[in-house]
Amino acid sequence: MSFIGLSRDEEQRMLAAIGVTRFDDLIATVPEAVRLREPLAVPGPLSEIESRARFGEWARMNDADRMASFLGGGLYDHYIPAALQAIAMRSEFATAYTPYQPEVAQGSLTAIFEFQSMIVELTGTEVANASLYDGATAAVEAALLARHQTGRARVVVAGAVHPHIVDVLRTYLGADNVTVVADRGGACAEDDLQAALGANVAAVLYQHPNFFGVLEQPAALHALAHGAGALAVAVCDPIALALLEPPGAAGADIVVGEGQSLGNPPSFGGPLLGFFACTKALVRRMPGRIAGETVDRLGRRGFVLTLQTREQHIRREKATSNICTNQGLLALRATIYLGLLGKLGLTEVAELCVQKSHHAAERAAAIAGYRLAFDAPFFREFVLECPVDAATVIRAGRAAGVLAGIDLGRFQPEWRRRLLVAVTEQRSAADIERWLGALRAAAGTSRDTVAAAGDGGARRGAR
Amino acid sequence: MTTMPRRLLIEQGGPGHRGPALPRCDVPTRPVTEHLRGARLRAELRLPEVSEPEVVRHFVELSTLNHHIDRGLYPLGSCTMKHNPKINDEIAGLAGFALAHPLGDDAANQGALRVIRELEKALAAISGFAAVSTQPAAGAQGEMTGLLMIRAHHRARGEGETRRRVIVPDSAHGTNPASVHLVGYETVVIPSEAHATVDLDALRGALDERAAAVMLTVPNTLGLFEPRIREITALAHAAGAQVYMDGANMNALVGLVRPGDLGFDVMHINLHKTFSTPHGGGGPGAGPVAVAAHLEPYLPAPRVVERDGRYALDEDRPRSIGRVHSFHGNFGILLRALVYVSTLGPEGLRAVSRTAILNANYLMRRLAGRYDLPHPEHCMHEFVLSGRGLKRHGVKTLDVAKRLLDFGVHAPTVYFPLIVDEALMIEPTETETLDRLDHFAAAMERIADEAAANPQTLLDAPHTTPVGRLDEARAARELKLHWASSGAARPAAAPASARG
Amino acid sequence: MSYPEDLRYTAEHEWARLESGLVTVGITSYATEQLGDIVFVELPELGRRLEAMKAFGTIEAVKTASDLFAPVAGEVVAINEALADNPALVNQSPFGEGWMIRVKPADAGDLKRLMNHEAYAQLIEEQHA
Repeated sequence: MSFIGLSRDEEQRMLAAIGVTRFDDLIATVPEAVRLREPLAVPGPLSEIESRARFGEWARMNDADRMASFLGGGLYDHYIPAALQAIAMRSEFATAYTPYQPEVAQGSLTAIFEFQSMIVELTGTEVANASLYDGATAAVEAALLARHQTGRARVVVAGAVHPHIVDVLRTYLGADNVTVVADRGGACAEDDLQAALGANVAAVLYQHPNFFGVLEQPAALHALAHGAGALAVAVCDPIALALLEPPGAAGADIVVGEGQSLGNPPSFGGPLLGFFACTKALVRRMPGRIAGETVDRLGRRGFVLTLQTREQHIRREKATSNICTNQGLLALRATIYLGLLGKLGLTEVAELCVQKSHHAAERAAAIAGYRLAFDAPFFREFVLECPVDAATVIRAGRAAGVLAGIDLGRFQPEWRRRLLVAVTEQRSAADIERWLGALRAAAGTSRDTVAAAGDGGARRGAR
Repeated sequence: MTTMPRRLLIEQGGPGHRGPALPRCDVPTRPVTEHLRGARLRAELRLPEVSEPEVVRHFVELSTLNHHIDRGLYPLGSCTMKHNPKINDEIAGLAGFALAHPLGDDAANQGALRVIRELEKALAAISGFAAVSTQPAAGAQGEMTGLLMIRAHHRARGEGETRRRVIVPDSAHGTNPASVHLVGYETVVIPSEAHATVDLDALRGALDERAAAVMLTVPNTLGLFEPRIREITALAHAAGAQVYMDGANMNALVGLVRPGDLGFDVMHINLHKTFSTPHGGGGPGAGPVAVAAHLEPYLPAPRVVERDGRYALDEDRPRSIGRVHSFHGNFGILLRALVYVSTLGPEGLRAVSRTAILNANYLMRRLAGRYDLPHPEHCMHEFVLSGRGLKRHGVKTLDVAKRLLDFGVHAPTVYFPLIVDEALMIEPTETETLDRLDHFAAAMERIADEAAANPQTLLDAPHTTPVGRLDEARAARELKLHWASSGAARPAAAPASARG
Repeated sequence: MSYPEDLRYTAEHEWARLESGLVTVGITSYATEQLGDIVFVELPELGRRLEAMKAFGTIEAVKTASDLFAPVAGEVVAINEALADNPALVNQSPFGEGWMIRVKPADAGDLKRLMNHEAYAQLIEEQHA
């Protein structure tokens, strides 16, 4: 199998036109000694029929397609409209290159401009870029910008920020330059942050809602950051921002995050959609591609990539970032998603997440042995303290046909009884009942300590 | 001829217009403000209010304004715009893959973990290296990952403080020096010889006890294979430096030469180039890194391991440079690449580089009579013309690029590499047929004729595209970067939602 | 090509004009032609002390960014605020309204080390030979 249309006769004509008699004449500069003689040890060839069989079998080795998912931790199982799938699969979008010739790329460029506009609105900032690799690298780019802007080296991570974001920050900045202020009761305590600040801090970075699903107090964190001469960087979830006060409006200098939940499947963690937005004062240090409006020679509206002098192919060793791509197709999907759901639909999605996750949390906390780890407001996701290891609950979930949550023991051994649970608008009341059944089965109990919730009788974490 | 849409999405619809419905809430509810007690909430949300049919039309109309590989030739040098097989997308869309979650337990994700492990093995075989990490999300991130591993290698040998220079030829991609800067190293640029091969004397001069690495693109950005490559990598190793290969031009080598056999220590591989994954209008791509055995301990963590037919994530990697991606890299792209490799098999992969080289040489010879060819040797998968001969007609390379758009083909890469005046860098790839190459050559020849006979046609081009040449200076000066700044008129605000 | 006689020039295409003890600095018409449309000029803050032939700012065209070099050492006493809103002034009037900074020179004698208009014109000619 190949994707080549070349007959033996055509090959001979081409060689003759080039002026050689055999193909090997063209590669004379490649030393004989390094030319590969034996066939590569790779699978295939496979016909499409065989590929469907092999990879279909592998796909079924994953549980995701037959179980209701309560997994979150940065990636969420949100509804993807049928119209989105239909539009985004179009070759015109999927098989186009980066819009370097804007006259034949107005489709991609207009969509980027609309994406930037929607991110500006959601985050409450003044400018946004065309997207970055993922939420973690967007956080890194925010930290790098802050370092250049302030001339300071250290970044303070405030409260429960996703451990993988912290890992990636350490990889890029060096572990010595990343100070983590642990959460207190699930969120960042102002005193703890204050104690970690100093004259060499470039940025305070927090997540809202945070890794545990808990809502932080953005305005207070911004004030502390600014008081220390540092930039305030918020890592946010775009669905939550449909309801929450946008961090830019509350004083954040930079707002970044993972945009997967806007119309993109989890896809085992990639490709993802990092978004990056900031104040206008920082626009010339903003990384990544940016689309801007202009006119053509007849005065018609059109869009181009602009501020290109920031980019690495021009700045080379003076570049402040080496990112030269955006996640074009995922940003497009996010734009279509926000267009289809619109103001009303996105608000409804966010409200359904709030209602369903709180319902699930209250019901779970009513089962003997389970309680909420934190007595703090959350948006869509919460941490459940289990009477047994979280892994046991997850196994019980598999038997019941649900992916019950994330075992936080994978991040810290002392968290092995903590289960991180996300409930999106996709989970029905029946899914939640099955999930509750798994919790009971894992704990070996059929008993609830409090009557079914919905009457406000939830039991919150005791502390 | 298509034209620009009259309006942006925010300028369409009106209060109360909406797309697909959401389900009624089937659990007991309380006011959202009660659930979110203590949190400050948003006053209003200014997103579009447009019905589904109109949203569909908006984006379909936008799509018609794009050039794309399924429509026609895309001869962008160094970008490897080849056919994107549809079976790849179909398989990546299977629910078992699309919905798989990376924080599920390993038992829930055996198929996904297997895909990563199998791709690592295939890429190791193709590149001739010992191990592969799929984490880097793009070529530039792969470069940075490779340099971080080289830095870790020198630090482990106690030379972290002295070896801080990376030697890069003047023909290199701009990402190379940018990545070098990002890891805190310093770039030393060495000049190329007349035919853009590495100047061995300049290299020897730069290879001292401060040299951390040499970064090379093979074949180089002129599309020429470096005949003394093994001498170069040996020189670098003798001086204690590591050698990095920029894998952007791997399409010339796949099945023909394994970079590991050339003496390289580490490389990145652009799956969106050589391995056929769609570019998506500027991403996502994927840039896995492949390393020789001595760098394996430094690969990003975690690693996928295979034990008794089961797959697991190994987080216990004490010498790893750490994590570079939120999860395991761009899995959906990795999967597409594995399907592509499996579709082609060993013989199919060999035909890739062979046909890419044949196509590029054919096109180069056809065009050599009409455009300057500063480096007339046989090329590998791409070649570079110069438009300097057109200057006498008052026409530049940019004008040739814009005029090509009128012929239904995309422009080549222009003004790169920097070492060629008025450069036009052309990479046809193996998936173009002789008929397509002839059509492209005919367009280029006609444009050369026009440049002499009627240069204004070129200066005013393109003529048939949805918009004409755009005022990039105005965009950069005015910085209209979103709806509000563009003054987009919006239908009157909708009444506040009555739900609660 | 000819260049104003009352100015001194650097090999990096800046010009310098001494008036009432202060040196005004800009870039030459040759430089603006090479750069194309100027879209942004980054200038130093008032009071900054410049070293001769060290970068004092950046000038950006659509696809290039170049450093600006100080013809003489000294202190920045004025910057051309109009360039923030209208960088095109550099293209329209490189030797006039497109000026960039005014410097109180550490030693006005430093200007003598720069090229005069004839030497600069010759330099340009040689670069194009």
